[in-house]
Amino acid sequence: MKVALFVTCLVDQFCPNVGMATVEVLRRAGCEVTFDDRQTCCGQPAFNTGYRKGARKFAKRFIEIFRNPETEAIVSPSGSCTAMVKHFHELFPDEPEWQERANSVAAKTHELGSFLVNVLGIDDVGAISNCKATWHDACHGLRDLGIYAEPRRLLKKVKGIEFVEMENADVCCGFGGTFSVKYPEISAGILDNKIEMIEQSGADTVVACDASCLMQIGGRLSRIGSKVQTKHLAEILASQE
Amino acid sequence: MSDINRTPETFDQNARAALADPVLHIALRNLADSFVVRRRNAIASVDDWEGLRERARAIKENTMLHLDEHLERFTENAEKAGATVHWALDGNEACEIIVELVRAKNARMVVKAKSMTGEEIHLNEALEKCGIEPVETDLGEWIIQLAGETPSHIVVPAIHKTKKQIADLFVEKVGIEKTENVDVLTQTARKILRERFAQAQVGISGVNFAIAETGTILILENEGNIRLTTSLTKTHIAVMGIEKVIPKFADLDVFLKLLPRSGTGQRLTAYQSLITGTKKDANDIGPDELHIVMLDNRRSRMLAHPVTRQSLACIRCGACLNACPVYQQVGGHAYGSVYPGPIGAVITPQLFGLSKSKQLPYASSLCGACRDVCPVKIDIPELLLHLRAEIVDGSATGPNERPTRKLGESIAFRAYSRMWSRSGMYSFSMRVARTMQTFVARDGKIGKVGSLISRLVPPLGAWTAWRDAPVVASKSFREMWRDKEK
Repeated sequence: MKVALFVTCLVDQFCPNVGMATVEVLRRAGCEVTFDDRQTCCGQPAFNTGYRKGARKFAKRFIEIFRNPETEAIVSPSGSCTAMVKHFHELFPDEPEWQERANSVAAKTHELGSFLVNVLGIDDVGAISNCKATWHDACHGLRDLGIYAEPRRLLKKVKGIEFVEMENADVCCGFGGTFSVKYPEISAGILDNKIEMIEQSGADTVVACDASCLMQIGGRLSRIGSKVQTKHLAEILASQE
Repeated sequence: MSDINRTPETFDQNARAALADPVLHIALRNLADSFVVRRRNAIASVDDWEGLRERARAIKENTMLHLDEHLERFTENAEKAGATVHWALDGNEACEIIVELVRAKNARMVVKAKSMTGEEIHLNEALEKCGIEPVETDLGEWIIQLAGETPSHIVVPAIHKTKKQIADLFVEKVGIEKTENVDVLTQTARKILRERFAQAQVGISGVNFAIAETGTILILENEGNIRLTTSLTKTHIAVMGIEKVIPKFADLDVFLKLLPRSGTGQRLTAYQSLITGTKKDANDIGPDELHIVMLDNRRSRMLAHPVTRQSLACIRCGACLNACPVYQQVGGHAYGSVYPGPIGAVITPQLFGLSKSKQLPYASSLCGACRDVCPVKIDIPELLLHLRAEIVDGSATGPNERPTRKLGESIAFRAYSRMWSRSGMYSFSMRVARTMQTFVARDGKIGKVGSLISRLVPPLGAWTAWRDAPVVASKSFREMWRDKEK
């Protein structure tokens, strides 16, 4: 299958290894992966803060870049950015032709875990990882895209992994984009509840499919000197040791 | 912090004060734990919860599209049954109508059943100003009235108070000996309130549903105080927002399954009072007069847009408050409005003006837990985004309103959308960041930055006050890809 990688700006700039791992996993699953380096950001920060004009600019740009009819799927290591692509059509209430383009691009766009399980029908990617892992449901993947079972199925098939469910796995980590810096105290309060649940689960690794939540959770774990590490789903699925 | 100074405009300070209050924290945690679990168990007893939600939303949506007709029909039928229907454009008008009605009866005191609409129009203040004593008869409302506070939750108004605080309040205001025995406290309240019921000539209540087909109003409760308010008095005044009307009696089948389960996790509330007009002959019990005050207060404005129209579907169950991570942190008072939490963050700006409450739409991580639990499927995140866009565009929701956007933020977002919509500039800006970060990064991360850096780059200051920040990678993914693939 011909897959265009939508790497997301956060992964591109802050955790490029997650991008490499995503490519690795997709190739192992038999996909032909392309990467168009004109891509930058999906515009979610603008959209979520109320800057619709800016968001429209990003959306049109994204659609132009990813509109290639030969592309069978657009895959992203982020539920949140994938969900943004699914929101693009809302930005064009008076431009039906753009709405249509937005819808056709959105229909092809998938979050990594959901793509593997629901599109390719694969839940065992042949990964090996010796860790005790728990899963954090990132809000947009969970509630906008309806992803819940897929990552759990994938993780449970990883050799050497011990999967434990944390309590309130489906509760927000408090990131929320600009919310995290507009209301840092509230964001951190929500985050501390999440950290408590992670620690209580006994896991040594917390996994998610969104670099943003992992930055939020990882940043606090690092600050408090916790031994728990954060891993992106792609990193676990690409792992061979 | 006193209630008087708390407004939506001071959300930031209110929230900070709330976060620093350890007692509030315990109360909120109990709320989240108990109500969320109770709701989950209660909805499990319904076969097709999703189907019910769909039906409820469809009924509400259809009603809103022909609201004028349903209101006319309700009025006609309610008046045929002996009620008098009054119309109020805003809160002041509603208060004036009610005060006049009470004055006409020469009443110096009224008993009140819990009503969010009454809170919305600040009815108690209006009554007091005219020398009429309002007596709240819902236990929670009575407690906060004693304390001189406002409700912090739509369904459980005194949820922010602990047993100990209430015990102290009873010692101070009621003059009983100190006890934390809940039975003794409630019996004390009951005794006092029963006396007031016996004296009252006028009772004021809210309305949960108004049925157009029959002219009936329905009020739900658990304590029996609403039944007493609406049946022992000679005059019953019911105040309702115009969105409370539903077309048919049979629609209650849907809403009565949804509301108690969503609100308190009950299959049904202890009392459901269905009131159709006044008593038909002298031997009947019940008031001689029933006045229904219909309040617009900018609700009709919400009808205009399909996104904002959703706000009128709300049945005030409070489930979104209980599920909201932000509400769980700061409680209801932080919102500075009678309507707190996620639904409050969307209806407060629409009812009272966006320019006066522009913090509220941003007081959310957009996690969507509210949308998941809403029994009428209101897409609250969509509404929050809609209001955020209105704040940024300066497109006002009310007369003489021009919400000012933040200058620094607007410049930053303009720069971001200009630069990052070109891949060359995007890469360049990140290379600059990569160079600049050497001043603050240690061991591959950025710890808490100093006050100078915080002032120069406020988001970095805000982020690192609580969390370490990641650094821009020495080689971006696109650079790695280029090296490997070409």
